[in-house]
Amino acid sequence: MDYIDPHIHMVSRTTDDYATLARMGCVAMSEPAFWAGYDRGSVDGFRDYFRQLTETEPARAAQYGIQHYTWLCINAKEAENVELSREVIKMIPEFLQRPNVLGIGEIGLNKNTKNEATIFAEHVDLAVTHQELILIHTPHLEDKYQGTRMILDMLCDDSRVTPDRVLVDHVEEHTIKEVLDRGFWAGMTLYPVTKCTPQRAVDMIEMTGGERLMANSAGDWGPSKPTAVPDLIFEMRRRGLSESLIKKVVYDNPLEFFGKSKRFKFQPRQ
Amino acid sequence: MPAPQTADEIVADKFLEVRAKLLEIAATLDRVDRASADSSLSDEAAHRRDALQKGIEIIASEGSDRAARLQMLYSREYQPGWRETFGMKSS
Ligand SMILES: [Zn+2]
Repeated sequence: MDYIDPHIHMVSRTTDDYATLARMGCVAMSEPAFWAGYDRGSVDGFRDYFRQLTETEPARAAQYGIQHYTWLCINAKEAENVELSREVIKMIPEFLQRPNVLGIGEIGLNKNTKNEATIFAEHVDLAVTHQELILIHTPHLEDKYQGTRMILDMLCDDSRVTPDRVLVDHVEEHTIKEVLDRGFWAGMTLYPVTKCTPQRAVDMIEMTGGERLMANSAGDWGPSKPTAVPDLIFEMRRRGLSESLIKKVVYDNPLEFFGKSKRFKFQPRQ
Repeated sequence: MPAPQTADEIVADKFLEVRAKLLEIAATLDRVDRASADSSLSDEAAHRRDALQKGIEIIASEGSDRAARLQMLYSREYQPGWRETFGMKSS
């Protein structure tokens, strides 16, 4: 089955991974800007990273027939450095018109601090000013519930934000309902250890019906599995869920959400 | 929307897997007990051990939202007044 991985960090993956994903049916992906594993020292570090996301990765993906899209921001971890964050936010518009950019992301909170919240709100302002979509990272483990509530507070505070132009990622059992009830899109991240298994993700699909819901691998440089979305497809089939529901979650929903960006020019396989 | 699998099928399908997970938990708690036979747990470890106990109680309880309640047990509390604490205004 053709599928889309809406959240994967291919800068951290090998070309062999592109080949494997293509063989498993991945036809498109979106790559949010994130933490490289170390704090970058200057705005030029981010400028180079954004070139990698808008030039190198789409070309690498295209060799395997995968359409690569991306999101730009300074991630929540490095947002602790407010001065650098503001320089990056000021520089982002240089890249916003590049053909594979879908919007601003993944912005969010990490340890739910004041600096993170300040920079989050400034990213949201950048996104609404430029009429861009938003992709959100919610914190991990014990910080997730509190951070998700804070993020929803800030989004709902800003009357310019349209919930159906925002994807809130890494939802789990205790955060999914509020995200969907308030009209946002939700992403479940299938990650070994800190996040969610394919089995629990399918439980959430069954409980919510799959409306405005997507699943991603968030494959990156840490323990993660880039082929996690095919694992979810397999689990849904094993449980006897319909092909139309599977397709909705792994293909139709990402297409509908990304399609809200005028730069999303996806070509389905013929 | 209900899952097409029946409850009987799910139990049959998952019995060995859940049994193995329960054994893993039991053996881990036994290991903690053996290792702490001569010395008591530190405050932090005792707190975490207690959190595991509370989690086990949630699993053993009735209701259809055990996973969500377990998540909440291991979550920091949300403070509705966080913006005032941070000196941030809500628009
Ligand atoms: Zn990510």
